[in-house]
Amino acid sequence: MTGLQDSVWEGDIQQLKGLVSERALSGETMVLNMGPQHPSTHGVLRLMLELDGEEIVSCVPDIGYLHTGIEKSMESKRYEQAITMTDRMDYLNPMGNNLVYCLAIEKLCDLDVPPRAQYLRVLLAELTRINSHLVWLGTHALDIGAMSVFLYCFREREKILDIFEMVSGQRMMSTYFRPGGLWRDVPEEFEPAVRDFIDYFPARIDDYERLLTNNPLWLDRTQGIGFLSADDAIRLGCTGPVLRGSGVNWDIRKAIPYSSYDHFEFDVPLGTHGDIYDRYLVRMEEMRQSLRIVKQALDNLPGGPVRSNNRKYVPPPRSELGTSMEAVIHHFKLWTEGFRPPKGEVYVRVESPRGELGCYLVSDGSPRPWRVHFRTPSFIHLSALPHMAKGYLIADLVGIIGTIDIVLGDADR
Amino acid sequence: MLDPVEAITNAFPNAIQDVLEFRGEITLVVDSDYVVSVCRFCRDTKGLEYNFLSDVSGVDYYPQEPRFAVSYHLYSMVHNRSLRLKVYLPGDNPVVSSVTSVYPAANWSEREVYDLFGVYFTDHPDLRRILMPEGWDGHPLRKDYPLGYETVQFSFNFDEIDRHKPYARE
Repeated sequence: MTGLQDSVWEGDIQQLKGLVSERALSGETMVLNMGPQHPSTHGVLRLMLELDGEEIVSCVPDIGYLHTGIEKSMESKRYEQAITMTDRMDYLNPMGNNLVYCLAIEKLCDLDVPPRAQYLRVLLAELTRINSHLVWLGTHALDIGAMSVFLYCFREREKILDIFEMVSGQRMMSTYFRPGGLWRDVPEEFEPAVRDFIDYFPARIDDYERLLTNNPLWLDRTQGIGFLSADDAIRLGCTGPVLRGSGVNWDIRKAIPYSSYDHFEFDVPLGTHGDIYDRYLVRMEEMRQSLRIVKQALDNLPGGPVRSNNRKYVPPPRSELGTSMEAVIHHFKLWTEGFRPPKGEVYVRVESPRGELGCYLVSDGSPRPWRVHFRTPSFIHLSALPHMAKGYLIADLVGIIGTIDIVLGDADR
Repeated sequence: MLDPVEAITNAFPNAIQDVLEFRGEITLVVDSDYVVSVCRFCRDTKGLEYNFLSDVSGVDYYPQEPRFAVSYHLYSMVHNRSLRLKVYLPGDNPVVSSVTSVYPAANWSEREVYDLFGVYFTDHPDLRRILMPEGWDGHPLRKDYPLGYETVQFSFNFDEIDRHKPYARE
């Protein structure tokens, strides 16, 4: 009836050739479908598994169930309008997605960001990292069978979401970062709320660790499983905690500091073996380090404006509109037409909770981006999943999916 | 540490069509026949060591010709610097060799470019659609592909609307 329905796979064995081994075609091994509706695939991920008994011979991920054409839609929106779409890609890292897109626009336009905005960006990006790691920890532990960790993690996550709501009015889709700074300054109750969280959270990380780190069941399910060597991790494009779990010291916040990350002191935790357990330890330590950055940012938070004064790109404040004709003109131009960045292309990378989040922005000089491409860590990590899952048991697969920490909205865009 | 532009231009005098610099980012426009050998040179030459491929992405410059471009974002963890290689491809038959033999990380990124732009990568191990369904008609990120605004099909006018819809028909 429709083009879509014609494409439904009807079990032609010829189509399996090249995806599974010869043994599957003769019926020696079993081909099993997993997902797209499966509690431990973290969204709509479908895997085609070839099994020899319980052992995984090959694993073919099938993604695209959450493809919403964000890159295409952004081409039809003005630069500042398209920010709202970035939140919806990796919905556990909304601030980080805003950040990479705003940094790309700022690099394209050569736009300055005041120090207060930079510090607040770092602070909120690190809170987002903790938020994302909490969801990872909760669901990862839940997959492996530890129910209570999930409940504790989501309890703490609420506190971070409350802070996001305080600053942006939204718990998740914040759209708080704008080209040239932030939407508005943080409210008065922001500082005490973050201080509360800084005091409250370290003991909670200890709680999670008490539940898991030396738990024999947890060790059995995570140690020596999902092994990834350092060379393979680089070859396959892995970044973030997956790469660092294999012992490669590469963190974009240290290597190519952006948004004043070079002002902060923090350590980059590294794994040694490159198994699920090492990546677990890396992410746990990252939460502590993130909290350290949050504390430094709050202690040294500079005063001053939170948005650039460059009126060609940033709308004037409301108060100026009644007194300055110039401001009215800028306001009118920006809201009817948008700004026109110079012709050119930039690639900006940030360290998202999952790894390297890149934004490739091509401008043709018009108010709408000619091409926006996001290099998303979940997408690249999923392509490494077949390599990591090979030879392990099907029960370990849920642990391996959990350890690469995918968000399907991030992979499919 | 070698200067990438100089080293690559010396090694492949015919391959480099243009060198662009914008906001501190270097773009080398490479002839499409040479992209795999240039990538291998970038990865294996001492002093360059671009050991990490961040991203492969396509751009459609419709209605300009050459219409398509494929950008490769290389990064060197050893020297902490980036390089962009860019290949321009004609609109009627966009074909380029796959760099998966040099950078396995390009596997899915190239599939994505194939899926959304219709750029073919020769020698790719598994060139199938990745984000769109297998039987999809057209390549959505092309500039001549409509953004949407299709007529909604309801049960009472399903067949009537169906007749006007732009599917590929046998």
